[in-house]
Amino acid sequence: MILHIIALAAIIATAVLAIEFKDLLISTAMLAAMSLVLSLEFYLLQAPDVAITEAAVGACLSTAIFIIAIKKTARYENEAC
Amino acid sequence: MNGSSTIVKVVSLAIILPALTFGLYIIAHGHLTPGGGFQGGAIIASAFALFLVAFDKQASKTLRKNLLSALECLALLGFIGLSFFGLGKSFFFNFLANSGLIFGQAVPFGPNPGFINTAGVIPLMNFLVGLEVSCALTIIVLTMLKAGGDKK
Repeated sequence: MILHIIALAAIIATAVLAIEFKDLLISTAMLAAMSLVLSLEFYLLQAPDVAITEAAVGACLSTAIFIIAIKKTARYENEAC
Repeated sequence: MNGSSTIVKVVSLAIILPALTFGLYIIAHGHLTPGGGFQGGAIIASAFALFLVAFDKQASKTLRKNLLSALECLALLGFIGLSFFGLGKSFFFNFLANSGLIFGQAVPFGPNPGFINTAGVIPLMNFLVGLEVSCALTIIVLTMLKAGGDKK
């Protein structure tokens, strides 16, 4: 029960951090961390299949796609526009 | 932007081989432990994605989209063909189980640690699904890498 609460709080905290950061690379890393904690939560809910899929697709593949997108555009979010 | 920094390259080279091995492990033990074709294929594809992100130019020369597409189609054809082989009884019939051929060992009664040489046609289909998924997800990352030209 304690672990569930910690995992859920960490999911919410990393998600808020991913929104708040203006450096998109750190924001992507926070999204990857959120996926990792989410996969831990899936494992705690006894769905190891879903946990493996979440860790592979959410934490690695989507992060790779985001990083490629950041590579092709600017790294910092612009306040002016 | 020409390539990543040395740190990224070295760390990704250190991680890629264990990730590939772990993906193959997940696929090969798909009928015994959690995981299977899709999960192992996604892990292998994430190793390829790491390779693509770290080694931008060389990687997109090494991994060709046509080759990956052909492998994906071959794996899907093999999956469908393997399910048609069981058509003597029914579609997707497990004709290899308990036959003594490849993956054909009979499962012993009672609690056991799990034997990898069992379950008949399921491990073969896991391998084919893993090949298909890893190729498909790598194609997605590769398409993303090639999109929008080479500015910056």
